[in-house]
Amino acid sequence: MATLHTRSAARLMMAPSVLLLLAWMIVPLSMTIYFSLLRYNLLMPGMEEFAGLSNYTYFLTDPAFFQAIFNTLAIVLGVLFITVVGGIGLALLLDQPMFGQGIVRILVIAPFLIMPTVAALVWKNMFMNPVNGIFAWLAKLFGLQPFDFLANAPLFSIILIVAWQWLPFATLILLTALQSLDEEQKEAAQMDGAGALSRFIYLILPHLSRAITVVILIQTIFLLSVFAEILVTTNGGPGTQSTNLTFLVYAQALLQFDVGGASAGGIIAVILANIVAFFLMRMIGKTLEA
Amino acid sequence: MKLRTFLLGTCSAVALAGLAQAETLTIATVNNGDMIRMQKLTDDFTSKNPDIQLEWVTLEENVLRQRVTTDIATKGGQYDIMTIGTYEVPIWAKQGWLLPLDNLGPDYDVNDLLPAIRSGLTVDGKLYAAPFYGESSMVMYRKDLFEKAGLTMPDAPTWDFIADAARKITDKDNEIYGICLRGKAGWGENMAFLTATANSFGARWFDENWKPQFDQPEWKNTLDFYVKLMNDAGPPGASSNGFNENLSLFQTGKCGMWIDATVAASFVTNPKESTVADKVGFALAPDTGLGKRGNWLWAWSLAIPAASQKADAAQKFIAWATGKDYLKLVAEKEGWANVPPGTRKSLYENPEYQKAAPFAAMTLESINSADPKNPAVKPVPYVGVQFVAIPEFQGLGTAVGQQFSAALAGQMSVDQALASAQQLTTREMTRAGYIK
Amino acid sequence: MARNVSTQRKLITTAAAWTIGILIFFPILWTFLTSFKTEAQAIASPPTFLFFDWTVENYFEVQSRSDYFKHFMNSVVISFGSTLLGLLIAIPSAWAMAFAPAKRTKDVLMWMLSTKMMPPVGVLVPLYLMFRNTGLLDTRAGLVMVLTLINLPIIVWMLYTYFKEIPGEILEAARMDGASLAKEIIYVLTPMAIPGIASTLLLNIILAWNEAFWTLNLSAARAAPLTAFIASYSSPEGLFYAKLSAASTMAIAPILILGWFSQKQLVRGLTFGAVK
Repeated sequence: MATLHTRSAARLMMAPSVLLLLAWMIVPLSMTIYFSLLRYNLLMPGMEEFAGLSNYTYFLTDPAFFQAIFNTLAIVLGVLFITVVGGIGLALLLDQPMFGQGIVRILVIAPFLIMPTVAALVWKNMFMNPVNGIFAWLAKLFGLQPFDFLANAPLFSIILIVAWQWLPFATLILLTALQSLDEEQKEAAQMDGAGALSRFIYLILPHLSRAITVVILIQTIFLLSVFAEILVTTNGGPGTQSTNLTFLVYAQALLQFDVGGASAGGIIAVILANIVAFFLMRMIGKTLEA
Repeated sequence: MKLRTFLLGTCSAVALAGLAQAETLTIATVNNGDMIRMQKLTDDFTSKNPDIQLEWVTLEENVLRQRVTTDIATKGGQYDIMTIGTYEVPIWAKQGWLLPLDNLGPDYDVNDLLPAIRSGLTVDGKLYAAPFYGESSMVMYRKDLFEKAGLTMPDAPTWDFIADAARKITDKDNEIYGICLRGKAGWGENMAFLTATANSFGARWFDENWKPQFDQPEWKNTLDFYVKLMNDAGPPGASSNGFNENLSLFQTGKCGMWIDATVAASFVTNPKESTVADKVGFALAPDTGLGKRGNWLWAWSLAIPAASQKADAAQKFIAWATGKDYLKLVAEKEGWANVPPGTRKSLYENPEYQKAAPFAAMTLESINSADPKNPAVKPVPYVGVQFVAIPEFQGLGTAVGQQFSAALAGQMSVDQALASAQQLTTREMTRAGYIK
Repeated sequence: MARNVSTQRKLITTAAAWTIGILIFFPILWTFLTSFKTEAQAIASPPTFLFFDWTVENYFEVQSRSDYFKHFMNSVVISFGSTLLGLLIAIPSAWAMAFAPAKRTKDVLMWMLSTKMMPPVGVLVPLYLMFRNTGLLDTRAGLVMVLTLINLPIIVWMLYTYFKEIPGEILEAARMDGASLAKEIIYVLTPMAIPGIASTLLLNIILAWNEAFWTLNLSAARAAPLTAFIASYSSPEGLFYAKLSAASTMAIAPILILGWFSQKQLVRGLTFGAVK
């Protein structure tokens, strides 16, 4: 009786967020699906007509499509790699006793609080600019030619900027996890004569595995749709070398104003994101159950 | 009950008073220097029109364009006045999205507008947007560097001379680059420059049947010339330089020449902003002897969306901002050299302006010589010098611009860039139904 | 002896951590410093670090061009409003998921997260039309709604992972005492959950404050927050590093200060169930 009561109460309590999110997903999604079947350009009203799947074939045959998928994955994986490895290193460092730990933590946390647009603008103009940027000045200091980051290594530059923003997030989660590791356990391992490396591999890393999966999950959700950083720095170029899927849809929607094509692109992006999500969830599900 | 009636009464009284007294115009504009100056001078307008208040939405060009286009196409009605260019006006006016400006007041003197600029903003005999400033493009160069290299800039140079001079002036060790040109991808950035330049090389976007022409030798000559010149004599990172970036470079003395908008002339000769203010000379955009020069035509203009409920107040504001008195106002406050150029004949006849602005004659000649109806050497089916006035051009121009920007950055060869430009343009034009 | 070694080690760790910390923080520090330079000094080569003529002129210039406080207030209302509303909706759901889990709870949770993967630009036009028809364009209410929905999955998830760590026995005990469901939530659960809620609140204020796509595209003049304020400085004509830096500092300072002061609360709950 009580459980039945609780269960229906639970349903009731879940209802608002589930219904809202359902509406938030279904209403725009169904409108998007509808638009994706139309020939609909915002700049040419009154010409809407049923177009079948032509918007989809158009988007899928875009010469930049596969590059965009590759770039999307490269950004996700690149940033994940930097932030996870860097985050573990930084967490291990910050876990040591030191002077002014609080201040260091404040310094490290800061990039996470910055608007992506601002971060991208600052990096692009004041650091990566090959004439006036700090990097150019450093290069000249060592007698080197300034490297034009955004033209010659656009994807790498974007990964760098995004990783800078997410490193604090990874570090904090990993640090919290590290701090929950029993002091006794650590000492016991030390007593056993385990070296630093084997302690790291056999004790610390397994302990961090949950935290690492959480970092991967949350960051992937945000990284799949990196946009502001690309728009501000490279505009997807040169060529389409730094165009990801979100940016490709953007070009369709807000440069071409081709609502039909953009909607088809949006749907394709949703499907691909869900494939990624599926694998991610299975992986996470396993770790989180454990 | 009493209290409620009282409250209701007060509310409606306030509401009515609000309606009668102040009307708020929301103005979307681009963050260019002249617009920002206008924003600061609006006290003059509001003191003359106490019943009108102004709210500004100042955005970077690309963001502005996507915001206003989305809003006008969906009839969102968020703006009463929009800042748009020569490209949008004819397309939007044909859609019935803009209100004709037929009530600008007796003092406005429409006939004083420069004919080239005015005709670009007129559709079926009606003016749909009022020019705030107009521009063509020309060569700006450093007289001191030319002298040092023993060169003399003719008033109407050829591309060969420009290329030769650029290479001679370049001194990379001292961060002097012979020529700064746009490289940042975008239909209004590198493609404005390259399309105009291509015109002077005899190239065109489309033939009479809307077939893309990037596979023709004229385009190859244009792009080859541009990429080689920029590699030899351009600044590093040229593929991310647009108008603004080049302006900073020129103002800080790092460019020998800069071919860009005539409106930049007042910025590079302004001693407050420019370290080379007294050393700048001007010349017409170059040619190759085929009869067309590589100069474009553009006017940032104010227009009223059809969805605006406040058309009368909006017209009042437009008449103020683009009228003769505004030019005088700026001249009083900031000097004649800083008035928004390129819109009125009377400005160029004004001796004070001619004296204060050494670039006036060259600007006027450049604007007058641009011909949007016959932009290329060969016949074309479209209107527009540095753009093609069809709705698809924004996306198309930017996509092609990406390819050319990649060629400049050395990420692909000129041939590859042209081949993919040809491919994607054909694809897009087929989809849009131009190519049957 | 041992003490000596550990002091030495502590010094080395300190030096390493400070170096890395300052390197990571440097872009922000540099922006802050540049905002007090003149435009010419801002691009000077070699760059000047501290010894330049400090000026606040850029801040006055920025303020004279765009009303900072209007944008600031909009940012505050939108980020706090959407977060509070989100919490209000999410707390009951997260509670239900944590304490009365059904078979499909995990799936529902994962599905919620997956709604965040939809690229926003793909649904811009449909949403714009809906906002136009309902008069929500350029209103704070409209932006609060959108941001609530966008961040709801994260809020639910964070709360869920936090609630799950609250031992069930305590609730059983409360139930034995005859507490009603509402009382159970208010008197027993909430106090225990406060740290988790606080941290969720903070994280979402940060996310909402920095959200730049919807806030920029669905606002014009009245509801425009600081993300729109920044958009008018991103690439103007002429030299702009100093003014951009001043505008950036103004846009990020409030959230940076909030984040720093509430660092402990933020970090404590920022585990997403990663720590058992």
